[in-house]
Amino acid sequence: MPRVGLFIPCYIDQMYPDVGFATVEVLERLGITVEFPEAQTCCGQPMANTGCTEAAAPLARRFVEIFEPYDAVVCPSGSCVAMVRAHYHEYFHHDLRYDALRPKVFELCEYLVDVLKVDKLPVRFPHKVGLHQSCHGLRELRLGSSSETIVAPFNKAKQLLELIDGLELVEPARPDECCGFGGTFAVSEEAVSCLMGHDRIADHLQAGAEVMTATDMSCLMHLDGLIRRDKRPLRCMHIAELLAGRPV
Amino acid sequence: MTGHPTRAAEFIALPQRAAWHDQSLWFVRAKRDKAAKAIPEWESLRDAAAAIKAHTVANLADYLEEFERNAKKLGAVVHWARDAAEHNAIVLKILSDHNVKRVVKSKSMLTEECHLNPHLEAAGIEVVDTDLGERIVQLANERPSHIVLPCIHKKKEEIGELFHEHLGTDAGASDPQYLTEAARGHLRDRFLKADAGLTGVNFAIAETGGFVVCTNEGNADLGVSLPPIHIACMGIEKLIPKASDLGVFLRLLARSATGQAITTYSSHFHGPRAGCELHIVLVDNGRSTVLGQDDFRRSLNCIRCGACMNTCPVYRRSGGHSYNATVPGPIGSILEPARDPAKHASLPHACSLCGSCSDVCPVKINIHEQLLIWRRELVKKGLLPLTKRWAMSIGSAVFQRPWLYKMAGGMGRLALKLLPRFLVYSRLNPWGKQRELPTPPKQSFRDQYKARHGK
Repeated sequence: MPRVGLFIPCYIDQMYPDVGFATVEVLERLGITVEFPEAQTCCGQPMANTGCTEAAAPLARRFVEIFEPYDAVVCPSGSCVAMVRAHYHEYFHHDLRYDALRPKVFELCEYLVDVLKVDKLPVRFPHKVGLHQSCHGLRELRLGSSSETIVAPFNKAKQLLELIDGLELVEPARPDECCGFGGTFAVSEEAVSCLMGHDRIADHLQAGAEVMTATDMSCLMHLDGLIRRDKRPLRCMHIAELLAGRPV
Repeated sequence: MTGHPTRAAEFIALPQRAAWHDQSLWFVRAKRDKAAKAIPEWESLRDAAAAIKAHTVANLADYLEEFERNAKKLGAVVHWARDAAEHNAIVLKILSDHNVKRVVKSKSMLTEECHLNPHLEAAGIEVVDTDLGERIVQLANERPSHIVLPCIHKKKEEIGELFHEHLGTDAGASDPQYLTEAARGHLRDRFLKADAGLTGVNFAIAETGGFVVCTNEGNADLGVSLPPIHIACMGIEKLIPKASDLGVFLRLLARSATGQAITTYSSHFHGPRAGCELHIVLVDNGRSTVLGQDDFRRSLNCIRCGACMNTCPVYRRSGGHSYNATVPGPIGSILEPARDPAKHASLPHACSLCGSCSDVCPVKINIHEQLLIWRRELVKKGLLPLTKRWAMSIGSAVFQRPWLYKMAGGMGRLALKLLPRFLVYSRLNPWGKQRELPTPPKQSFRDQYKARHGK
């Protein structure tokens, strides 16, 4: 049995605990027992993305110390995993401990597809769903092919959603445009951020989506905030919730 | 933070302007996708282009000297300019020596970067930009808002008004065909009267000493075919080693820029016409400094196709002028702070780090990663507002102590629940201006997890 560490992003821990439990349930149903190391807090991405690398560095070191005992680390966020896999090299120059941990840190969908080779899911979700392609998962972890690159198309999140009984995927006109969350960008560039979000919502609505899902709850937090303010007929659910068979 | 956010908000506040601007540029992006998809080896072409650029930049001094030797053999005069001031002085001297009064200029971002036009105009020389879009912004006394589509921010009705005022077209006329014909007549007159023609350079070839200028309007050819003097101004990074490398870049350039298979005119220049003069001005203006920086060297790969602007969700919705820079958009947000970090400190943050620019870039510049590195540089230079730095230091201190993090999280959730709406959604909370905050749960994941696992 592999020893799997559960990496729950700080904002999911504090604001969206059920996304964490949905992640646990999906994995447990597939026979994976997870451990949640309680010392974990934040991967340091907000600091790093603001350029405050000195503030991010101790958090990166903590992360490696906390998660290095595990055979695999699984996280329901493409963005936080991208921080660890694509941006920690700044804090660990040729560090053997980080180099050993790095390939063992997985976003939930890629762990299900690449490691567990999931080809069926015993859940039903009879709704029209729009998949929002969260950027860091898409373009930094390559959970799918981006619309800019000319490669054979693939998409790990979509592959899993297609296994859900009754779920109908709808296609927005712009397949992978950013929602405008962008961390502190959401507040420092409030006008642009909200316009980007409004445009994504309109695109998913015209495609017929009842539910918008994504590999990142941060994108959905921003989109859901706009949707609730404007009272639009659209629900936001993290992909882990759909994979766990949560109802709308 | 002032700067880009303020100017972007002003652009968005204009009714429908941002939506229309976004859709126009997304249309260009879609055309690019179609053109790129038509080439099965697209990704290999990008790899090849990036490799050629990396090689050239690594051997730039040798290639520049090779280019100079071969260009001189062809009869060109080669000048070297350390910075914008030297460039402008060289161009002015050539023009003054020949008593030039009227100059026609095809599109050149380098001369925009060096602010050549005002320098020549101050010396009494008339400069006419002959690219239609550039002529429009010149008449409007504005700067280009896009490097390939300089007046993409203007609607045809506004151009009609401008032409009515400057070119005497009918009041209220906005038919593109009519306006273009008017501009054509106006520009033909300037071409015929010009004493010298200025162009930029898209690619200069070390092994031949020749160079290539790409236009869709043929205005570079017209501008240098009649007057006896041609001055070509180029940044030193425009060099490629061999003529055979050109195919790689010409195939990428127009497809990335506008979705065309190739620009309408790809004009090759090898030395002056008989009885005429050809001057080539090689300009550094900060490029050799960037060449010495591991983190930013790849930005010298840029072939100025504008694809990163067309794909950027922020650029499309904030307009080129919101960047207050010669080169706006993602690549400009790397190039401009390199010249003046304090002036352009908001630009590396005018980005959601979506990475679309890096994936669309035909020469594989890691644009969004360089923007992130720029944010780090701004902190080192003391150019991130102190409030933000403190917030991040406090955040880090909290996250380093799980007990403190737990306590702060609990207090935050409780405050969100108990505080009256007018306090939570005050003007101090930019999140809440157009968005609701999430509804806080009673317990965090960790608290519930602990309870369930009985630890």
